[in-house]
Formats: sequence, structure tokens, C-alpha cells
Amino acid sequence: MRIQERIIEGLLWLSAAITILVTAGIIWVLLSESLTFFSEVSIIDFLTDKQWTPLFADKHFGILPLVAGTMLTTAIAIAVALPIGLTIAIYLNTYAPAGFRATIKPMLEILASIPTVVYGFFALTVVTPFLQSFIPNLAGFNSLSAGMVMGIMIIPMISSLSEDAISAVPKSLREGAYGMGATKFQTAFGVLVPAASSGILVSIILAISRAVGETMLVAIAAGQQPRLTANPLVPIETITTYIVQVSLGDVPHGSLEYRTIFAAGITLFIFTFALNNISFWIRKKYQEKYD
Amino acid sequence: MLHLKLKNLAAAALLLLVAACGPKYNEDADLTLKGDISIDGSSTVYPITEAVAEEFRYAAPNVRTTIGVSGSGGGFKKFSRGEIDISNASRSIKEDEAKAARANGLDFIELSVAYDGLTIVVNPKNDWVKDITVAELKKMWEPAAQNKIKRWNQIRPEWPNREIHLYGAGVESGTYDYFTEAIVGTSHASRGDFTASEDDNVLVQGVAGDINALGFFGYAYYEENKDKLKAIPVDDEDASNGTGPILPSLETIKDGSYAPLSRALFLYVNSPAVKKPQVVEFMDFYFENVGQLSQEIGFIPLPDEKYKAEHQKFKDFVAKHTGNATTQRKTDSTNTSH
Repeated sequence: MRIQERIIEGLLWLSAAITILVTAGIIWVLLSESLTFFSEVSIIDFLTDKQWTPLFADKHFGILPLVAGTMLTTAIAIAVALPIGLTIAIYLNTYAPAGFRATIKPMLEILASIPTVVYGFFALTVVTPFLQSFIPNLAGFNSLSAGMVMGIMIIPMISSLSEDAISAVPKSLREGAYGMGATKFQTAFGVLVPAASSGILVSIILAISRAVGETMLVAIAAGQQPRLTANPLVPIETITTYIVQVSLGDVPHGSLEYRTIFAAGITLFIFTFALNNISFWIRKKYQEKYD
Repeated sequence: MLHLKLKNLAAAALLLLVAACGPKYNEDADLTLKGDISIDGSSTVYPITEAVAEEFRYAAPNVRTTIGVSGSGGGFKKFSRGEIDISNASRSIKEDEAKAARANGLDFIELSVAYDGLTIVVNPKNDWVKDITVAELKKMWEPAAQNKIKRWNQIRPEWPNREIHLYGAGVESGTYDYFTEAIVGTSHASRGDFTASEDDNVLVQGVAGDINALGFFGYAYYEENKDKLKAIPVDDEDASNGTGPILPSLETIKDGSYAPLSRALFLYVNSPAVKKPQVVEFMDFYFENVGQLSQEIGFIPLPDEKYKAEHQKFKDFVAKHTGNATTQRKTDSTNTSH
């Protein structure tokens, strides 16, 4: 009995240790490879140069075009997902009958289980031609259609987490509002959303973090041309797409060109790490407030 | 070059399968043929030779074929020192390379195996580009164009004031080297702000869906996607190989008038090599299969008669350097006449 207990304890410890070790290993690889990269390329150039052409004759190592591409698709995705996701969350929480909510919520989460490569081809072969029918200048690869489809993809994340946050608002607040004679609409937007705002914010930040790291969708639909632009109609390249492009190509391992993917990778890591920490911090604050 | 990758994958899977089931070969595989064949040279010809060698491995499993990729120049260097049997080349041998070979007591033969042609394509909805000159192509692709040439009217004033979106082969591909050498003048030098992909599907998709696009890739890929793309006639402003803008087609690529974006691809074999039966067998196999295989991987095969002529040329070369080959040649030519 004792021994069994110990074995189980050991196994549990091991699985916890493995996750930490793997994370540490990834960070170590990212750091060491990008340190080698930054010994050859100045970090100031990396952060300020407006061109990213590491594979070509005239080499520039400015990460800004890739960051701009990532930000652009993410912004479009959030612009689509936030209003729709929040509306769905409020509808499910305040208006929808309980039975309907119980069936529709898991169905929404099906959206999250569609492989992102499918979303990519959906954007490329359905959404882009549709948009082109009234935006003739829209390129075949563009951030608009990729961002919109990415927005659809992250709707469940926002609606589901926001709905949880709204449900977690103490009943007394909701009943108080109804007691004052407020309509459902007034209760939802005047009381529940402000009270759940930190939880909603967490859902948005997690959705942003998901959008920033999204790879296949943008690799397929947004293009492969690093470009410092805010124009959603032209091909751009995100950090993730660049990493995919170089990993799939024939760039020799160990070369400076190859190490650019680690520099791009660590930039991406810093972004998502910061976002996840902010959401963690907000969630902690939120729990203090209502427990 | 997705085709290529898929092919490699399929080949790898096949090899695994073979390894897993133990040695299983074609029923008519020649197990008596043994020895090594060493090949080196152009990365452009490599996929063709590799495809043939892949098949040859099933026909003669005990022959070990190694294929290097040192470029046409690197290949000829080793070839003229007699270090390799066969050299893949995307150009003819230069006089000094030929001299070096002769100085080492080597005789050799040039054999054409396929054509390669790059096609300049735009979106079918693009109604302003009717033709383009090599100088204009250079202006839009050279390194100096980076971040500067961004609109159609910068290239030719009568073209509209719209953004130009460029799509081209990835930097590690032979296509990129070939294109930059032919257009820019320096191999491996171009602007960096275009959509560069080793996957030709991405390029086709990009140009097919973007009215402001211009791209280039192998002729075979254009042929496959003709309905979605518009090929642009190219004018090299050199009247000696056809005047005016010339559209790529099987004919213009074959007769060399689609210049400078078409070229013949060659194999070079030297005299010591043809004394090895495995090399002769490999070359016979090559000429029987290269037509179909080169087409499959995106090149333009020679006409059948031309393959027969090249094969005959090779057989004569073998006969010249081996005493007993004369009788063999007779039986071979009766075979081919069937």
C-alpha cells in the first residue's frame, strides 16, 4: 500500500516535472540560438529596421514588418470576435432559456475544435473570393480575410469565458438591478458587463494571445511577404508564417538565416508570455474582489 | 517544387516499406549488375537524374548511385578530373573546362535530356501588361529595386499607378538562381520584398487571386494552371533569336527563341565511365525513362526522335571506347526499332 502510494506520488511528480522541464528546455533553446543570432545582428537593427529580408542579397533584419503583420491580423480578428463573442455571451446569460444555453454553448465550442488548417483554406478559397466580389483591389493573400476568419475561430474563446465571468457575478447584483426596475438590457450592460469586466478582459487577452500565435491559418491565407503596412488588402507575413516558411524551406541548418527563426520565435514568445501574465494578474485581482 | 517534395516523401515511404518487408524488387530486376555510379553537378538537373536513379534502384538494386549537387561549374570541375562518371549540367561545358578534361586524357560526350523554361505570369484580369522586356524585368527584380519599385507605372509609364505584388521562387531553389542569373545578371541576387516560396502552389494561388500580381515559375506549372493565369511574352531585345516579345510554348522553348528564360539541360559522360557496365546500363535506362519522368516533375521533355538520336549518340560513344560494344550496338538498335 505504502509502496503503491509512493509510486503514484512519484508518477505525479514526474508528470509535473516533465512539463516544467520541457518549457525550460524550449526557453533555453530559444535563448541560446537567438543569443548567437544577436551576436551577429545588432538588436537595435532588429528592433528598428523597417525591412525584413534575411534570405536575400540585400539583408535586413528588422522584425517590425513581421510584428506589424501579426498585429494587423490580430486586430482584425479581435474586431470581429469581440462584439460577436460578447453579444453571444450576454445573450446566452441573460436572454436565452436555460435549456437552450446548455445545448448551444458546447455547440459553439465545436468552432474551436475545427483544425486551423481548415480555417486557412476556408479563408483562402471562400472568404477571399467573396470579399473580392465587392473589394476588387483585394489581393489573393491578405490580412483582412485571414483576420476575419481568425476572429470567427476565437469567438468561442471570448463567448465562453465571458459567459463564465458574467455567470460568476453575484446574484445579489443581478437581483438588485431587476429590483430597481431595470430592463434585461439595462441589467446586462449597466450592471453585469461592468461587474464582469475583468473576466471579460481576461477572455480578450487570452484570445489575443491565441491570435498572435496562430500559424496555419495565416500561413495559408495571409501571404508570405514581410511588409510594414496597416493596409488589410495586401499580402503580409506574420512572425509565425515566417518561422513556418523557413522551417519548410531548404535553408541550411546552423546558418545565420536559419537562426532568424529563433529570433522571430523569441519575439513571439515574449508577446504571448506577457499577454498570459497580464491575464493571470487580472484574474487574480478579480478573484480577490468577489470571493 | 511541391511535386518534388511529395515525390521525395513518396520515395522515402516506399523505401521504408521496402526496408520493412525485406528485399523485394522488380521481378525482372537485374541482380547481377554491381558497382558504383557517381554523379554530380547542376541542382536544376538534379531532380531529373534523381528521379531516374530512384527508378533505376528497382531495376538494378545492387548498383549504388550517388548524386551530388555542386552546381554545373562544380560538377564540371570534378568531371574534368575524372572524379565522377556523369555530370549534370544546365549549360554547355566551357572551353577551359573541356581543355582540362582533355589534358587529363578524357574524352566526353554531351547529351541533352530535357528543356527548362520559366514563365512570367500575371492575373488574367490584368489588362495592361501585353508584353515585357528583359530590361523591365530586371528593373523590377534587381536588388536595387528593393523598397523602391513598388508600382506598375514605375516600370513603364503607361502602366497604371497601382501597387505591384511580386511572387517568385524561394531563394534556395535552382529556379531562383536561374531566374536571377538570366534576368538580373548575377545568380542569387534579387530584391527581398516579394512573396518567395519554394512551393509553386503558393505562387500560383497568389498570382491567380491578385490583380496586381506578377510572378515566375517553371513552364510545366503554368501549363497545369493555364486557366487561372496569363503568361506574358518576353522580349530580350535581341533580334538574333526571334524579334519582338515571345510567348513561352513547347516550340519556342525547344527552339531557343524564348530567350533568356529557356535552356536545354544536359548530361555529360566521360570515356572511363562507359567502360563500366553499370554506367552504360544506367544511361540506357535514363533514355528510356527520362521523357516521362522529366514531364512528371515539371520539365519539358525532348521529342521522342531526339531522345532516340541522343541515345544513339551515346551508344556510338560507348562503341568508340569499348572494343566489344559493336555487336551489342546492333542488337540494341534492333530492339529500339520495335
